[in-house]
Amino acid sequence: MKELTCIVCPRGCRLRIDETRDFLVMGNGCERGIDYAKAEITSPVRTLTSTVKIVGACHPRLPVKTNRPIPKKLLREAMTILNRITVHAPIRIGDVIVKNIAGSGADLTATRDM
Amino acid sequence: MKNCQLAIIGGGPAGLAAAVSAYQNGVRDILLLERDKSLGGILNQCIHNGFGLHYFKEELTGPEYAARFVAMLKETAVRVVSDTMVLDITDDRVIHAVNTDGYHTIRADSIILAMGCRERTRGAISIPGTRCAGILTAGAAQRFVNMEGYMVGKRIVILGSGDIGLIMSRRLSLEGAEVLACVEVMPHSSGLQRNIVQCLDDFGIPLYLSHTVTDIIGRDRVERVVIQKVDENRLPIPGTEIAFDCDTLLLSVGLIPENELSRQAGIRLDPRTNGPEVFENMETTIPGVFACGNVLHVHDLVDFVTREAQNAGKSAADYLLRDPMPATEAYRIEASDDISYTVPQKLHPAIPQKAVSVFFRVRRTFEKSHILVTDGETVLCAFSRERMAPGEMEQIYLPTALLRRAKGNTLYISCEEVSK
Ligand SMILES: Cc1cc2nc3c(=O)[nH]c(=O)nc-3n(C[C@H](O)[C@H](O)[C@H](O)COP(=O)(O)OP(=O)(O)OC[C@H]3O[C@@H](n4cnc5c(N)ncnc54)[C@H](O)[C@@H]3O)c2cc1C
Ligand code: SF4
Repeated sequence: MKELTCIVCPRGCRLRIDETRDFLVMGNGCERGIDYAKAEITSPVRTLTSTVKIVGACHPRLPVKTNRPIPKKLLREAMTILNRITVHAPIRIGDVIVKNIAGSGADLTATRDM
Repeated sequence: MKNCQLAIIGGGPAGLAAAVSAYQNGVRDILLLERDKSLGGILNQCIHNGFGLHYFKEELTGPEYAARFVAMLKETAVRVVSDTMVLDITDDRVIHAVNTDGYHTIRADSIILAMGCRERTRGAISIPGTRCAGILTAGAAQRFVNMEGYMVGKRIVILGSGDIGLIMSRRLSLEGAEVLACVEVMPHSSGLQRNIVQCLDDFGIPLYLSHTVTDIIGRDRVERVVIQKVDENRLPIPGTEIAFDCDTLLLSVGLIPENELSRQAGIRLDPRTNGPEVFENMETTIPGVFACGNVLHVHDLVDFVTREAQNAGKSAADYLLRDPMPATEAYRIEASDDISYTVPQKLHPAIPQKAVSVFFRVRRTFEKSHILVTDGETVLCAFSRERMAPGEMEQIYLPTALLRRAKGNTLYISCEEVSK
């Protein structure tokens, strides 16, 4: 039996997961807690939000995110990749900055028009 | 002097939603004044996700949430004046503002205050030690890193484990800094559990509960920060010192509504919220002047800011185009000792809506409990909750039909735990 806190929404339910009973999840306030608990135990994922360098805009940093959660162990590698990137304005919200970042299957996209 | 029907001060999520709502409710001559270059307020520096789960039913980053409202604003004829700082508001609703074009005075028939809040500083909590460089608030660091492109330090200690402190712990770790400790004076963090997991635990950052910073050492720049365990009266316990060799101390020790302008205008402030005292339609003690968002009380979720601001926008439209509410107070809302404040603090007579929203915060954690609204004798209505915590704002909707049953003019709100 493992205990963990669901991070899918701000309610932060305390989940209990029983590996011996086919990953039975208890304490979840909604369905999404089940998927979270299973993923967290087998291969945890996180959405990465950060910034990349931008030139020709009102500020020198463009905020970005991965368009879906990526494996936690790839966060550092993704950060090294985006640290080397410079983009040029104009950029639209949702523009893909890096396709398939760190081989995660997720794209890095812009989160602001600049 | 120029004239306008409605002036909104501050272009963060509160000002944006208020402007859109006032426009949708028929006001055509609206001026939105913002001191920054762009609209969006604090959201522009909150590049993490977690915004909009209630309002848009999806998880957005701060800039994405702001962009949705900026897009709605573009559909209206609201005039936006950015890079403009409001310096003064008078009690007869004259606004004094300054920008690169000079000094301006504007007479407004109605005003919505949406100036947000600012952070408590070292002075506000008086930490001893030297006055060296390398001490800044977490929000200032967030702006430097996320918008201006400056890294704030290499070895960092963070005082305060509220959400902003937690979010910055993760952000700076991702950017390559070593976050040595997150220090919290209370025995529990006021931040969301999900942020403790994904911002501290994920990066192996230790959380020191019931500890505080008792010394800062450094000549030009911070060289060392000393923390100590505190007793139940929050006094440092001798012999528990831990020293961290670091170059930066971030303070995340609370937010205060930004109410210099409200004070100058002579608006009555509530000492519990540090924001204006308001009616259920967000009207302050000056008729025609409304307030919403963090200037009114500190919110943790932007979704609530948006709803409150829509209420203020609609109320300003009612004030300007329909019947203004009388400045009389029919009911006062009194909070019990377990509740730190309520917003609104008072209600008008004959409220047209079916229900009024009341926000409040509890002072301690409540397990399964009831929220009771009484007139001092009879219970008018009750709401149940699985759990309540000081870090999370609560909201109830009071059905206005019930108010007619109330004796006297005070409504009492209290919480009681139900024994299992
Ligand atoms: C670091 C941080 C992290 C957060 N994380 C989350 C989160 O994960 N999820 C969530 O839902 N909420 C979060 N919040 C809360 C949410 O962002 C705020 O509640 C919300 O932004 C408040 O909106 P506001 O419009 O009242 O204030 P603000 O966004 O502060 O906007 C106020 C605006 O008024 C302008 N202004 C002030 N004074 C003047 C003046 N004199 N003249 C002209 N303009 C003026 C300012 O420049 C600013 O643009 C976070 C808040 C902070 C600070
Ligand atoms: S289980 Fe559902 S309700 Fe509970 S924190 Fe997770 S997503 Fe939120």
